Amino acid sequence: MSRSQVTASPPNFERPGQVLSVAEPLLLESGVVLPSYHIGYQTYGRLNAERSNGILVCHALTGDQYVADTHPITGKPGWWTTLVGPGRVIDTERYFVICSNVLGGCLGTSGPMEPNPATGEPWALDFPVITIGDMVAAQQKLIDHLGIDQLFCVIGGSMGGMQVLQWATAYPERVFAAVPVACASRHSAQNIAFHEVGRQAIMADPDWCGGDYISQGRRPERGLAVARMAAHITYLSEAALHRKFGRNLQDRQRFTYGFEADFQVENYLRYQGVAFVERFDANSYLYITRATDYFDLAAEYDGVLAEAFRRSKARYCLISFTSDWLYPTSESRVIVKALNAVAGNVSFVEIETDSGHDAFLLEEQEFFRTLQGFLDGCAKHRGLR
Amino acid sequence: MSAAPSLVLAEPPVPALRGDLKLIADLVAPGSRVLDIGCGEGELLAYLTRAKDVDGRGMELSQAGVNACVRNGLSVIQGDADNDLEAYPTGAFDYVILSQTLQATRHPRQVVESLARIGRRAIVSFPNFGYWRIRLALLLEGRMPRSELLSYPWYDTPNIHLCTIRDFLGLAAELGITIEQAQILDHHGHPYRLAVESRLANWLAAQGVFLLSRQG
Repeated sequence: MSRSQVTASPPNFERPGQVLSVAEPLLLESGVVLPSYHIGYQTYGRLNAERSNGILVCHALTGDQYVADTHPITGKPGWWTTLVGPGRVIDTERYFVICSNVLGGCLGTSGPMEPNPATGEPWALDFPVITIGDMVAAQQKLIDHLGIDQLFCVIGGSMGGMQVLQWATAYPERVFAAVPVACASRHSAQNIAFHEVGRQAIMADPDWCGGDYISQGRRPERGLAVARMAAHITYLSEAALHRKFGRNLQDRQRFTYGFEADFQVENYLRYQGVAFVERFDANSYLYITRATDYFDLAAEYDGVLAEAFRRSKARYCLISFTSDWLYPTSESRVIVKALNAVAGNVSFVEIETDSGHDAFLLEEQEFFRTLQGFLDGCAKHRGLR
Repeated sequence: MSAAPSLVLAEPPVPALRGDLKLIADLVAPGSRVLDIGCGEGELLAYLTRAKDVDGRGMELSQAGVNACVRNGLSVIQGDADNDLEAYPTGAFDYVILSQTLQATRHPRQVVESLARIGRRAIVSFPNFGYWRIRLALLLEGRMPRSELLSYPWYDTPNIHLCTIRDFLGLAAELGITIEQAQILDHHGHPYRLAVESRLANWLAAQGVFLLSRQG
């Protein structure tokens, strides 16, 4: 079936925004070689003459490069506009901000949704399984392309934080400051378990078609929506859910004694699920969750996390949130202890909030003030104006 | 002859430090690596960073203190002397500072050992429980003494391991730690010119500041 006949698939493979095409092969951690690939990215602000003011923002699981401008599919503002922009904490009048779609993604960077150059058909499950290390190796090519030897800062939350850790440890000379937010140095059994629920929901959808849904003109929307609903619960805290919804009913006075969304919280989750499938590819979800499951920074160093940081000279600022049970504060403390063991330069702040893991995407004033202070201090050390 | 107009803006003046902190700061060599344990809101660290160009790190128990430090561009983590010193490697810092905190630790002996291990030198200050006003208060009133440095009631105090100057000298000797310098201060934080080993010093000192190093 040719692509023009596909109606249910995302409209086309025109990549929105800026795209870097890398013709050089990438040897993946799995041993498979990706012969060539694309990286979709956005930049904000200007690189200074010394090329010393670059900040790489790494996005989370289902994020994208539209960190501070309008999303091309949803039309919504960028996911970190509260933090990134002119006069904001990550001030685009001072810093040159870069954000790229991760490898395996579905918004301009090579992933399972894109056509396999060898066949012209969508990669689907023929796309090689990728890791956080592979994502960062690909990003590195983009940073080379932009002419930046050393990034002033690499920052990201959740899976973005994992990329930050990977950057600072795999390319220690290229990172001046590192801000891993609400993340962990490895995925816990609980993290993997939740991801597995999401993947099974997708794969149980008959429209998934063994991963070949694009070629068959279908989309596993129900499966992907359920995956999103389950994941979304892990991004919130019990307290936040109670505060927002309690046991309130949705547009009704009494139970229907059926399985409609009687409760507001059900309606909210259904909405989250439906909104998500508009902008995200189900196979990408499988690949990216897999990449985070495989992440274990200490593994390469015989299980000794401190060794990962031994060559790193970066100034670290770790930030966690009190009500985050997906990547709890204890996970950040593990990283802090490892950095202490090699006398690394580390700050660590736990922010009091009831917003759960999602807090890193919200306007948390204490988080913003901390980050502002940290960046200002680093800028002074780096000699940035 | 008129001076050329300066294009460089002067740094704002470094704010003055509390007496005992100033004394500690004076013991620190410029450009050194410093860990300040119990750094509060970072007054000493900020001073050392600006006035002495040190590479400074801090550890503080209270989250509010940590956040204030990081907001001010200092490298500080949340932690405490009893639980979080083990992770640091031997000789990681030129100086490890523990100011007015020793008496609040659970295991002061281990903490002092850790300080001497992590730092090439350690600087410790603590309130002297042998201070004459304290002795007199207990003798005459028969109640747990309270002073400016030890201001909590007995049932609600973080200060669980109080000691005198002589007690501390004894611990240092037991641990084989060298006292390179010692300074005893009155209750205004002014130094006395007295040998720290003297019995009089143990009566007069409201607090002591010690510069320690490992023997050998």
